[in-house]
Amino acid sequence: MFQMRIHGRGGQGVVTAAEMLSLAAFAEGRHAQAFPSFGSERMGAPVVSFCRIDDHEIRLREPIVEPDALIVQDPTLLHQVDVFGGLPPEGFILINSARSFDELGLDDFVKDFRHERLLTVPASEIAREHTGRPVANAALLGGFAALTGQISLDALASAIRQRFRESVGENNVAAARAAHMWVTNELREPSGAASA
Amino acid sequence: MLRQLEGSRAVAEAVALCRPEVICAYPISPQTHIVEQLSGLVKSGELAPCEFVNVESEFAAMSVAIGASATGARAYTATASQGLLYMTEALYNASGLGLPIVMTLANRAIGAPINIWNDHSDSMSQRDCGWIQLYAETNQEALDLHIQAFRLAEALSTPVMVCMDGFILTHAFERVDMPTQEQVDAFLPPYAPRQALDPDEPITIGAMVGPEAFMEVKYLAHAKQMQALELIPAIAADFQDAFGRESGGLIRPYRSEDAETIVVALGSVLGTIKDTIDELREEGMRIGALGITSFRPFPLEAVRAALERAQRVVVLEKALAVGVGGIVSANVRMALAGIDLHGYTVIAGLGGRPITKASLRKLFADAAADRIEALTFLDMDWDLVGRELARMGESRTSGPHAENILRDIGPIAAGPV
Amino acid sequence: MSMPAIRYYQTGSFAVGNRLLDPEQRSEQASEQRSNAITCGHRACQGCGEALGARYALDAAMRATGGRLIAANATGCLEVFSTPYPESSWQLPWLHSLFGNAPAVATGIAAALRAKGREDIRVVGQGGDGGTVDIGFACLSGMFERNDDVLYICYDNEAYMNTGVQRSGATPPAARTTTTPALGPEPGNVFGQGKSAPLIAMAHEIPYVATATVAELRDLEAKVQTAMSIRGARYLHVFVPCPLGWGSASKDTIRIARLAKETGIFPVFEAHDGEVTDVSKIRRKLPVEEYLRPQGRFAHLFKPEVQRETIARIQAGANRNIRRFGLLGGEDGDDGRRGGPGRDGAPGRDGGPGRDGGIR
Repeated sequence: MFQMRIHGRGGQGVVTAAEMLSLAAFAEGRHAQAFPSFGSERMGAPVVSFCRIDDHEIRLREPIVEPDALIVQDPTLLHQVDVFGGLPPEGFILINSARSFDELGLDDFVKDFRHERLLTVPASEIAREHTGRPVANAALLGGFAALTGQISLDALASAIRQRFRESVGENNVAAARAAHMWVTNELREPSGAASA
Repeated sequence: MLRQLEGSRAVAEAVALCRPEVICAYPISPQTHIVEQLSGLVKSGELAPCEFVNVESEFAAMSVAIGASATGARAYTATASQGLLYMTEALYNASGLGLPIVMTLANRAIGAPINIWNDHSDSMSQRDCGWIQLYAETNQEALDLHIQAFRLAEALSTPVMVCMDGFILTHAFERVDMPTQEQVDAFLPPYAPRQALDPDEPITIGAMVGPEAFMEVKYLAHAKQMQALELIPAIAADFQDAFGRESGGLIRPYRSEDAETIVVALGSVLGTIKDTIDELREEGMRIGALGITSFRPFPLEAVRAALERAQRVVVLEKALAVGVGGIVSANVRMALAGIDLHGYTVIAGLGGRPITKASLRKLFADAAADRIEALTFLDMDWDLVGRELARMGESRTSGPHAENILRDIGPIAAGPV
Repeated sequence: MSMPAIRYYQTGSFAVGNRLLDPEQRSEQASEQRSNAITCGHRACQGCGEALGARYALDAAMRATGGRLIAANATGCLEVFSTPYPESSWQLPWLHSLFGNAPAVATGIAAALRAKGREDIRVVGQGGDGGTVDIGFACLSGMFERNDDVLYICYDNEAYMNTGVQRSGATPPAARTTTTPALGPEPGNVFGQGKSAPLIAMAHEIPYVATATVAELRDLEAKVQTAMSIRGARYLHVFVPCPLGWGSASKDTIRIARLAKETGIFPVFEAHDGEVTDVSKIRRKLPVEEYLRPQGRFAHLFKPEVQRETIARIQAGANRNIRRFGLLGGEDGDDGRRGGPGRDGAPGRDGGPGRDGGIR
């Protein structure tokens, strides 16, 4: 089973991101369970969403305390909320930021992690470029797909189109593809700027 | 057809497939997505003929359902927690009048203190109101149970509530197999009311009944639930034939045939329990589980048969009978009358406190070694409790409990920045 | 309804007998084909205003709907005396659910009929003042707000009578009830703000609101008929004296109801879409004492001493009604009719001999 958390703030589409991820996994014939941190939502409040992916029925219902991957959609959360709780050293981290882990002040924290599994990606910028709005969730999922290989880009595209109609869907698919390519390139030839 | 969707949506679509004629609902977390979906289906004309009535309270919701059902219409509503309490009088009225209303209960804790997260205190508070209570383990079962519920309710002329864990199931996106309209139509015939308000054949419904007949009339509600003990498995068997999967029924044992320790529970926590049991079985522990799907009627015989060979029974429940302890465990004990075994009540998950596999592993291991108390509170922070009790002892004007405890949690949880 | 001139009336009373009217103007109660929707044998008290009002109202509704009517009834006197186990006096489909939910139950019945394409069948919800203005208030307002196709009739005897005469939101100032006893410096009910259900109904701007009393029974019937000719939420508030609770003689029920109108205590009017369209004028204005004296619940206003201040306050309330609703004649023409939008030029029902034939 693969378990991941997405951290962001209310209004950023964090819950939708987990849903789309589960739709993508479903499109590939896998089982997926996506759920939000439940609470009285309000814009701007820290929000966490979760997704489990597996090849057979998922029976577990607890919050994800030991994720295999983390997406941090809003970097302002980094030093406010314990976003990394429970992540093992071989875990994946994808942070929505144009800055590197060093520049984010996380270099100490991640020194025992597998560096090829840690990336920052300027997803908000990529999103704005393709959709006109800095809503980074679809782009981040594209990056996630490239980083972890848990879902294919095509499956993600179909999930995005299911969730968003017409041009909004197409633009978000484009953003996801762009982020996917960005991450793929970074993994192949680390520029040093993005990774830890 | 296989779909990946939110539990609430799955339930809404399943309810729509049952061709309800009157839907009346008042919004309350975490049921809101269900009624929103249904209002969309009615407004768009996809679900027709159906009247969707936006009512002014839960009490009104059940009352509108009563009027509609008494007029011969298939009626549906949904609520949770405080909303269920607000319609309590009407719940008893519906069951007493024998009206086959189906209601989704998105299980949520009852305040004070106000809490919107999942536990079973709401449905447990109404366990004796005469409604049949079915508990879904997964979203698949939640949608399946609604289809079975209409058929059950109308066969017996008694209302049925389908309980599904709020947020944990209602707000979870997962895979379900959604039936087709044809399949549901074949399984669920149109509602043929036992009684109906009809100018062509006027009847009086709701007369006062005095001491000379009240016991007999009241007993009928019980008699119907006794009939349900037969009908629920029969409907589940028909469902399996028609839809190709096991769903519903009275109880569902899991690896319990040779178990020394059996964990009894209701609802979605069974999923986590099963994963835990698989791990412990790998390690050699003879442990199993028993899911109870039909809590009312309580299947005394079936529960007894499933548990009687065990050495110990751990009832894990998401509600607390303040002043005495367990609710489900009390019912389980009735089923085990005369049998000598170790029985434990574990109160867990109140107000949405997560029940983790890690905690369950430790709990089950301790239980198997008879190291837990007869009444155990899982993951209780006794330190917090102790502080508040001490405050109360020190001062008459110690203030509200909830705020005091939250203030304690604040500094502790914040920790070093 | 046109108003024929009547010259003769029965000796010793001011009542004009049905036989002097054209058949179609007679009360439904004069007809052998009447439904008897609430038939005899019920256990109401002698002189019960509610039993009288319900009989007239429901038979009129049955006539207007060709017998295609379903009733939802709140808990209360009407429900209790009409269904003494194991008997029922209802000859129409009738449902009693709870105390506070009659309007919502009626909504549910109407919704079911709509879903089934049976909107030819109409729905009446009914209850006493307690079930309507207090415990049923939220449901009533919800029904109004949705404009559900229900006629709701409130039989107002101004207290919780069925449970032993406790005060309700409709209990008038100074009235004695078991929870507002005639004791202390302010005996009886307080002078509160009151709760005018008809005005609140009008504030919802529902298609039709009307008040009536059991002193003018054909007026009551006509209002039920008007109501049933309209679709949407409708509200009828009927003033029904309760001899037991009010401490009045059972023979005085109709007289007291007439006094309530003639003193201005109870305005009788009709409203469409939130605006008063017709008013039943006071024929011979009387001081409120005439109304208060025959009722034991106001006895403390007269003995051991006359409470002039209290009575003056009650009179002021009546005067306010008179002014506010234009209850005295002569303001809009000699016949005293107060016209309103949508009404035809029929001669006034109040200035002239009137529906029940009372003479000026």
